[in-house]
Amino acid sequence: MKGNEAIAHAAIRYGVDGYFGYPITPQSEVLETLEAEMPWETTGMVVLQAESEVAAINMIYGGAAAGKAVMTSSSSPGVSLKQEGISYIAAAELPALIVNVMRGGPGLGTIQPSQADYFQATKGGGHGDYHLIVLAPSSVQEMADFVALGFDLAFKYRNPAMILADGIVGQMMEKVVLPEPRPRRTQQQIEEQCSWAATGRHGRKHRNVVTSLELDPARMELNNERFQRTYAEIEANEVRFATHYTDDADYLIVAFGSVARICLKAIEEARAQGVKVGLLRPITLWPFPKAEIARLARQVKGILTVELNAGQMIDDVRLASECRVPVAHFGRMGGIVPNPAEVLDALYNHFPEAKK
Amino acid sequence: MKEEIIIAGFGGQGVLSMGKILAYAGLMNDMEVTWMPSYGPEQRGGTANVTVILSDSAISSPVLDMYDTAVILNQQSLDKFESKVKAGGTLIYDPSGIHHKPTRSDINVVEVDAMEAMMEMNNSKTYNMILLGALLAVRPVVPLDAVLRGLKKTLPERHHHLIPLNEQALRKGMSLVGK
Amino acid sequence: MTPEEIINPANRVYSRPRLLTEVNTHYCPGCSHGVVHRIIAELLEEMGLEDRAVGVAPVGCAVFAYNYIDVDWVEAAHGRAPAVATALNRLWPDNLVFTYQGDGDLAAIGTAETIHAANRGENIAIIFINNAIYGMTGGQMAPTTLIGQKTATTPYGRRVDLNGNPLNISDLLAQLEGTCLVTRQAVHTPAAVRKAKAAIKKAFENALAKKGTSVVEIVSTCNSGWKMTPAQSNEWMAEHMTARYPLGDLKNV
Repeated sequence: MKGNEAIAHAAIRYGVDGYFGYPITPQSEVLETLEAEMPWETTGMVVLQAESEVAAINMIYGGAAAGKAVMTSSSSPGVSLKQEGISYIAAAELPALIVNVMRGGPGLGTIQPSQADYFQATKGGGHGDYHLIVLAPSSVQEMADFVALGFDLAFKYRNPAMILADGIVGQMMEKVVLPEPRPRRTQQQIEEQCSWAATGRHGRKHRNVVTSLELDPARMELNNERFQRTYAEIEANEVRFATHYTDDADYLIVAFGSVARICLKAIEEARAQGVKVGLLRPITLWPFPKAEIARLARQVKGILTVELNAGQMIDDVRLASECRVPVAHFGRMGGIVPNPAEVLDALYNHFPEAKK
Repeated sequence: MKEEIIIAGFGGQGVLSMGKILAYAGLMNDMEVTWMPSYGPEQRGGTANVTVILSDSAISSPVLDMYDTAVILNQQSLDKFESKVKAGGTLIYDPSGIHHKPTRSDINVVEVDAMEAMMEMNNSKTYNMILLGALLAVRPVVPLDAVLRGLKKTLPERHHHLIPLNEQALRKGMSLVGK
Repeated sequence: MTPEEIINPANRVYSRPRLLTEVNTHYCPGCSHGVVHRIIAELLEEMGLEDRAVGVAPVGCAVFAYNYIDVDWVEAAHGRAPAVATALNRLWPDNLVFTYQGDGDLAAIGTAETIHAANRGENIAIIFINNAIYGMTGGQMAPTTLIGQKTATTPYGRRVDLNGNPLNISDLLAQLEGTCLVTRQAVHTPAAVRKAKAAIKKAFENALAKKGTSVVEIVSTCNSGWKMTPAQSNEWMAEHMTARYPLGDLKNV
């Protein structure tokens, strides 16, 4: 099935309580699949096509404030519209899942694949000091698996998570093994897990108020310090990445999402030519796999980042590599996807000594 | 075994669904598969293409620069993809949409007049299955039986009565090759 | 008579509703918000809803509504309360979900969310405080500011050619099939307060009975923003505001 469809099926099976979204190419299959599956008849999941991305993200805010497992999906222009709401969700320390199936921008841009929302996703996106947990799937299987992972992490840290996919992984079809269905949480389970939520008091002695407002700067600074402690904990515990052929690599390619697979094919071709290239694929874009890149920067002679943008992740790779080796960028923009041969050419152009 | 295939033509010729049925046939045959469409507004009338990869082992890139096999249904696609067939690979094309025939001699070029066969069958819906049959005759990457199971999986229940017609079209396509 | 003789439970004719928290409000003396808060707190108590009422607070003067009424609350982004309430109610359908919004929140920045929640007939109650001015930010023009009315951003009075016409949003909402009650009330006299309370009660009943969206507009005062005394404000409101926003039911089915 398609990556977008896999997300919808995985959401039903995970026991998601609510999905709120607005159509936009190339991710509309998420909402379409959910509407066709009618999960409200089976699991009781609420599915609603909102009047806008702005309304949808605020429905997520409301649902998450009530302790429910809620998610939305969109694509780049729509995710820009959601940023205010995402900032509120992060500030109110609410768990939620946001899916961005990226398309080329800026502006209305194109509907073809892109990774140009890397900065927006990993550096916050909306106003204020906050981070999302950002997962970058590179296969349809990971589109399905990261629904559960995203929610698990979001609830563990009371922090919104984002699946940052691209049009390739959203639109392509692959074999996928869906997770076993599990029931949605009961009212009692929700009230135990989310003692802070606005579920209605139901006998609770105090009222719960979900808000991001704190006019007293001293207390607001304390809130910010609490957020930062959460982010430090996430950075310490939740870095995820995959490596291929790095053990003996002389050169390293860093790429995420579907682009990492294009690079892997390029690397296989390079290896066939006797050039030792390895791949590091960050799975969590935030927290970023800094330590592994720092380690590999002591081993390799050069690093190439390959992205569907003008060079965004490269900043994080450069910082992580501590300037030990040259870090170069190769990217296509505007919805153009490079093929493996172009990646290999770029590697040889930036590091001519690699090609003996 | 790994087969990297591009199918390219006009939107509305059944390019994407042909690829989809092929991908599902691979799935039914316990293979790893990827199906990567060109997507968007060109669905209706513009050019459309789909990359299908069938493999016994994990597939890295779903996006390719060279293909083992190309199925070409119009001139623009021939112009674009003839040079992208690997040496020794296969290019199948329908002459009805082609003004300048393929010129490469280092690949196996197969002409399949699927349009004419479709006219004989008197059903425009059979076009892409005739081509898929021809593809399988030249490159038997999956058995016919897996294709039929793939068809059953992709077609909604209410269209299952069309499977015999599709099988007929597949067999017709197979019979066109080597004539 | 000594003060002790006067302060005697036997003489008590009115007390703070149990669900109105015992804190000083940040509202200006004479503001309508306090009265409406009291009505809501009384109703939640009288209707036995404290365990399943969830309020959605706006951005504006009532941003701190959650400090005063002792039920669960969610503080929404500016204008988005009806979207937040939509999810709160759809995900906990047995709860009473109400929004409390001002004119800027509901009728300017949140117009889309208001209209679409009402059009879907979300089973929520919307309490809409219309005082024709932005109080929180210091008295700027609201969508409901009257023609000729002076505000910080219409220092010479609102002009149609520059600022457009006042928006009768409740009349608009009454046209939608999703609304079951749209009514305009006020709280400037004891009689008006009693009617407003009955209207909000009906709105809560409608939400619980899943009859659709109820909107109770309270034509209110903002004596600070209007630069009048509370008493003058009540008079000005009764004379000018109700001329543009006549009191009474626009829809009650």
